[in-house]
Amino acid sequence: MNAAPDLTIAKAVNAGLRRAMEENPRVLLMGEDIGSLGGVYRVTEGLKKDFGGHRVMDTPLGEAGIVGTAVGLALRGYRPVCEIQFDGFSFPAFNQITTQLAKMRNRTNGDVSVPVTIRIPYGGVIGSVEHHSESPEALFAHTAGLRIITPSNAQDAYWMTQQAITCEDPVIIFEPKRRYWLKGAVDTQRPAADPFTAQVVRPGEDATVVAYGPLVPVALAAARAAEEDGRSVEVIDLRSLSPIDFDTVEDSVRRTGRLVVAHEAPTFGGLGGEIAARITERAFYSLEAPVLRVGAFHLPYPVAAVEDQYVPDLDRILEALDRSFAY
Amino acid sequence: MDAAPFTPAAHAPARHAPTPEPRTRLVRLLDRDGVRSEDPVFSPYVAEVGAEQLRDLYRSMALARRFDEEATNLQRQGQLVLWAPMRGQEAAQVGSARALRPADHIFPTYREHAVAIERGVDPAELLMVFRGHAAGGWKPSEHGMNVYSIVLGSQVPHAVGYAMGMNLDRRAAEEEGREVEPAATIAYFGDGTSTQGEVHEGMVFAASFDAPVVFFVQNNQWAISVPFSTQSRLPLAERAAGYGFEGIRVDGNDVLGVLAVSRYAMEQARAGRGPVLVEAETYRLGAHTTADDPTKYRRREDESHWAELDPLLRLETHLRRHHGTDDAFFDEVAAAAQEFADQTRAHVLSMAPPSFEEFFDKPYAERHALIEEERAWYAAYQAGFDDDGRDDGRSGGDGTAGPDRGTQASSLTVAADPVTGAPDERSAGTEEDLA
Repeated sequence: MNAAPDLTIAKAVNAGLRRAMEENPRVLLMGEDIGSLGGVYRVTEGLKKDFGGHRVMDTPLGEAGIVGTAVGLALRGYRPVCEIQFDGFSFPAFNQITTQLAKMRNRTNGDVSVPVTIRIPYGGVIGSVEHHSESPEALFAHTAGLRIITPSNAQDAYWMTQQAITCEDPVIIFEPKRRYWLKGAVDTQRPAADPFTAQVVRPGEDATVVAYGPLVPVALAAARAAEEDGRSVEVIDLRSLSPIDFDTVEDSVRRTGRLVVAHEAPTFGGLGGEIAARITERAFYSLEAPVLRVGAFHLPYPVAAVEDQYVPDLDRILEALDRSFAY
Repeated sequence: MDAAPFTPAAHAPARHAPTPEPRTRLVRLLDRDGVRSEDPVFSPYVAEVGAEQLRDLYRSMALARRFDEEATNLQRQGQLVLWAPMRGQEAAQVGSARALRPADHIFPTYREHAVAIERGVDPAELLMVFRGHAAGGWKPSEHGMNVYSIVLGSQVPHAVGYAMGMNLDRRAAEEEGREVEPAATIAYFGDGTSTQGEVHEGMVFAASFDAPVVFFVQNNQWAISVPFSTQSRLPLAERAAGYGFEGIRVDGNDVLGVLAVSRYAMEQARAGRGPVLVEAETYRLGAHTTADDPTKYRRREDESHWAELDPLLRLETHLRRHHGTDDAFFDEVAAAAQEFADQTRAHVLSMAPPSFEEFFDKPYAERHALIEEERAWYAAYQAGFDDDGRDDGRSGGDGTAGPDRGTQASSLTVAADPVTGAPDERSAGTEEDLA
């Protein structure tokens, strides 16, 4: 196989799942509509046909049941990969994820691991109805025992999917659903970096923008626009939301002196606040301006007709950069 | 629209609607007078159970009861942080646990003490949870029994998933031409837990995937202070029909009946004939936990009614009347139970508390940057207390002791100030206040 075919993120996840299932017969997929239909986003398309219904399980409609039985399967030695159809439907499974999956290893004094992977398509701007466009990552990141990653490109989608499955800890992959059709090169020979690290995706000297998942392309576009104004902006793709690779962010801020954190989730109580606090503690004397956050408002995700004004865009990131440079 | 006047009564739930008669018969092989009866379906499952085995069942129940009493005493004396008594449920627990094989796997609530003891869990391991020394206490891999579930109902889908895994194992073995020992899981829960949505989802998944699981409900009539009538209008066993599998009601104070029904149910599940729901009707004679006061919510008459149905009393009557078991046996069991209680007490009193540091090792299997950062900060913080050269309780200023504020400690705000100062200041303030 050629080293770098171009794939959409959806196809890259599919290829990653396929390879994980080929390499380990104990990898199972489970979720609503993931079998014959191939998932509502077709991410699991073709896998039931090739691996059988016993490994690609269409489950009854019940998110607590999906995650709860996945915990049991993991206790039996399997590696289940659960698909939660949409972000807003992660809440019926919230108890199983936070009180059971996250804590089973701690509870058994390390006797058992529960290497369950949960895929959650998340984020907005897909023009849908209530509970189909949310960004609940901070609610899960706050729970010890979980690991949370979010790929922003096809190469990461392909490899991080496999890395999550081989990880001995439970991993939630928040997949940026509005980027499912974003194409990129996938090197199937060269693994991506450690999934729990951040990566500098565009070097710069005057300010740092940290983003993840769906906002990485927006942050890159903002950096290109800022360049036209003579500003050199470094962009970091955070990739891992638990743990967060503060070292990479700190190194960048020590060079640029300015930090803007951008995410689609509401600003209040979001991960931007955690990053701002940590970086302020670590690199206070390197900062030329307060760490600024760009996020959504403290409102329920709005109706599709006005969602563009809720989710941060390129201009909101540029506005924050302007404020930072004004100090 | 014809506006009928709104009355709360017209819209309130029909609290006094007639409760339908149970359609499922109650299985009972040993009645309250200790008389053994025959049941065409279930007696064959205990046909070999004679005097010797009945005495053995009695011994297990008596030891569990004495263990439970001792744990209650220890809690009252401040040696355990909490205890969930199981007095009254010995027949349901010992009877069902005796129907299990080593390859079967158990998913309990936090009250399955007799089941755990039957499964070889050391009382010291079991009591670590209630001593406040561990979140779980024993190794599930050693006992084929998961640790206690505190968030009730969550363990039910786990049992179903584990059973789904047993099906997959069997399928893989068949493809490879290997023999695999038939096995099943058993999920324990109570009447209160039966209301949890996850129990419902677990049962749907079990039916959908033909999972070899037995749902074993101990209906002890109370969810802390809320009576069974608030959980269900019909016996819980009847719900099984709605999921498409068999439900069985058994007298949960009849150890022989419970043993027979459990053997039957486990056999069905192991044989691939799908899940079974068993409802053991029993009574929690004591409190929900040692933080509870049952005199506030239940009548003494009800308690004495159920005390007459005590599972140990019933088996004792049977053994005395029909098997010539005399005082010598019961005295010997009482002595063994006392010895068990003494050992339990000694175990608890000799337990050394865990070190806080080891809890950094538990939540993740693989290295986790934040945990490592906080572990290092905590170690440095603790080291600050050991510094001989510290001055007025303060350390770290010379860079040889206490947290390295430039790196590890920078992520925690408490490190912004020398860390050992605060306790000294607090104690000084207290002394002044007292003066």
